[in-house]
Amino acid sequence: MSFGLNFERISAIIERDMRKFFRSPALMVSSMVFPLMQLIVLGYAFGGKIKGITIALVDEDRSSQSRIVRERFNAIAAGPQTFHTVEYDSLPNAVLDLRAGFVRAVVHIPHDYSRRVLHQDRPRIAFIEDNTDNFVSSGLLERVQQIQADLNAPVTKPRLAGAIDLQVVEVYPYIEYIKYLLAGSVSIAIFVVAMIGGGIVFIDDKARGLHEGYLVTPIHKAELILGLNFAGAIKGLMSGLTITIIGGLIAGIDRIWDPVRLFYLVIVLAVASLAMISFMFLVMVRVNDPLVPRAIFGVLNTLLFFPSGAIYPTAGFPAWLKWISVVDPFTYVVHALKNLLLKNTGFEGIYLDVLVLFGFSVVLISACIALFKRQI
Amino acid sequence: MNAPANATTNAIEVEHLTKRFGELVAVNEISFTVSAGEIFGLLGPNGAGKTTLIRLLTTLTPATSGTARIAGHDINTDADGVRHAIGVIPQALTSDPELTARENLTIHAKLYGVPAARRGPLADELLASVDLEKFAGQLVRNFSGGMRRRLEIARGLVHSPKILFLDEPTTGLDPVSRSNVWEMIAKLKQQADLTILLTTHYMDEADKLCDRIAIVDHGKLAALDTPTQLKDSVPGTDVVEAEFTGAPANWVEQLRGLAHVADVKEQDGAVHIASHSGPDTVGALMELAKARRVTVKKVTVQSTTLDDVFLHYTGRQLRDAAHAGLLYDVSHLYK
Repeated sequence: MSFGLNFERISAIIERDMRKFFRSPALMVSSMVFPLMQLIVLGYAFGGKIKGITIALVDEDRSSQSRIVRERFNAIAAGPQTFHTVEYDSLPNAVLDLRAGFVRAVVHIPHDYSRRVLHQDRPRIAFIEDNTDNFVSSGLLERVQQIQADLNAPVTKPRLAGAIDLQVVEVYPYIEYIKYLLAGSVSIAIFVVAMIGGGIVFIDDKARGLHEGYLVTPIHKAELILGLNFAGAIKGLMSGLTITIIGGLIAGIDRIWDPVRLFYLVIVLAVASLAMISFMFLVMVRVNDPLVPRAIFGVLNTLLFFPSGAIYPTAGFPAWLKWISVVDPFTYVVHALKNLLLKNTGFEGIYLDVLVLFGFSVVLISACIALFKRQI
Repeated sequence: MNAPANATTNAIEVEHLTKRFGELVAVNEISFTVSAGEIFGLLGPNGAGKTTLIRLLTTLTPATSGTARIAGHDINTDADGVRHAIGVIPQALTSDPELTARENLTIHAKLYGVPAARRGPLADELLASVDLEKFAGQLVRNFSGGMRRRLEIARGLVHSPKILFLDEPTTGLDPVSRSNVWEMIAKLKQQADLTILLTTHYMDEADKLCDRIAIVDHGKLAALDTPTQLKDSVPGTDVVEAEFTGAPANWVEQLRGLAHVADVKEQDGAVHIASHSGPDTVGALMELAKARRVTVKKVTVQSTTLDDVFLHYTGRQLRDAAHAGLLYDVSHLYK
């Protein structure tokens, strides 16, 4: 079952590429530094809880009731430290500072607050927020709503609770954002290897005339393409596995050395590497200008990485972006890696992704062989 | 314009081979044969069509029309057979800079199906034959141009081909490296059954190495013969080249009447006089110039060279054509 292919020639191309790879420390390092840097910086930047926000508090009531409100706000400053309050005498001054960015929100206790509390006449507190930063404003609102619920709680709890109580059971331990991001960083590591090895080096070799030296030999174009793809997949697997282990240790993934999980990881990383390198070769198969792969690096990175669900769940995407995520190989890599790294699922959690990525690779390699020009 | 009479078989047979790139005809109806064991040179300026012709013959570029048989294999219908029979040293340096000299050879040996046990010893033998055995383990990126060219010649021989194609083997090399490459090609010539086709725009290279030379200009074959016969085909045995000031309008006609003159051509302000006796012609020329009060700015006399042959057949000198030829360089055009 050789399909007319000479595996000796395919292995010659793999050997050539691997020797070149091991002699280019810059390539190895750059394929690992970028994803690790991204994992650490983004993981900790996005994963932390919001703290130390300054908010203005305008108490026009100055009563014992309003003091209770102020105490609740001060309790947040002393506890979770989401924010601390600065007291203002007038609402217009506080709003002016809000617009100028000195404070991120204004809590306004109106002059009739205690009267309405005592008369049970819909007492109100205004929360005026700077909503230009969704993350900060939603974090603040969550805390303020906790204070609101606390203030609304009855002084004496009824003997039998009539309200429905929702009991949440979390199947997995709390997932820090750095762990959530790890699958994306591993995908990026494979992508960088594919981009440099399958894009930049491939086109540079072509421009330097090195390919001509191979095209005058009896090698078939399918053998050349398969050799280049397999070499790229091996490089991607090595890089992906290295980032999985180093990143897993940094992020604190439990039992990263579990041999069964490592075995499944190798399967996913191998098929992911093949899919990405075949995608890259298909993009580059007719390119001759060495500037092209460098120019489209950022475009491809954005187009493949962000719609994959690596940093934000695809469920929140608009329809057109969801379609990109469906045809994006990153999506399946990220999904399978998340299943293995965050949930430690067995093969049942990855086989569909593996099948999609393998099918994707077969189609792309076939297209690449069809489009590759054996003659110049 | 045919192969030598003692030839028994043709290693290369080219019939009406044509290659067009749009409107440009890079190779125009070229036909010739090369005998087994022969060193055959394609001489012409840059852009004459030599590289395109060698790419057609080595199956790197498809022909527009016509055909060629290389070691009996048709380039249009049996490209794989051709590739097994030939070794090719392209014009660009195509050895992998990030591999060692030895690795470059063993990987190519693998591509040609040389058995694993034979690859290592073969690489060592070939490196020794091109005087690179001391550099076998060094990365090619540290090699000089001449060393890389020698390595590539060795690489072209890993599968013991019947025919070796060398495209401008000494272009860009310093004089010492050129001389080394020439020695190597001369050594290869002594190997039995190896036919060599090389392209060059250096007259001395073609003159020194080739059994026969085809002069190529604007994609056409202008002349084909042995270097000696090509030179004999030019009128006279010497060429007198002179420049004058104050020459009358019929000066060239007057020069034709000098002793031993076979032909006179004027090009770019210089007069080229083909003579059967250069020194006698120079004496007569000086007397005539003195009598006609024409100032002789410069005069040289030398035996007929391939440059004179090129001038004779194409109407221009090779060194001039080399510059003009840049306008016709189509090597960068990909199908």
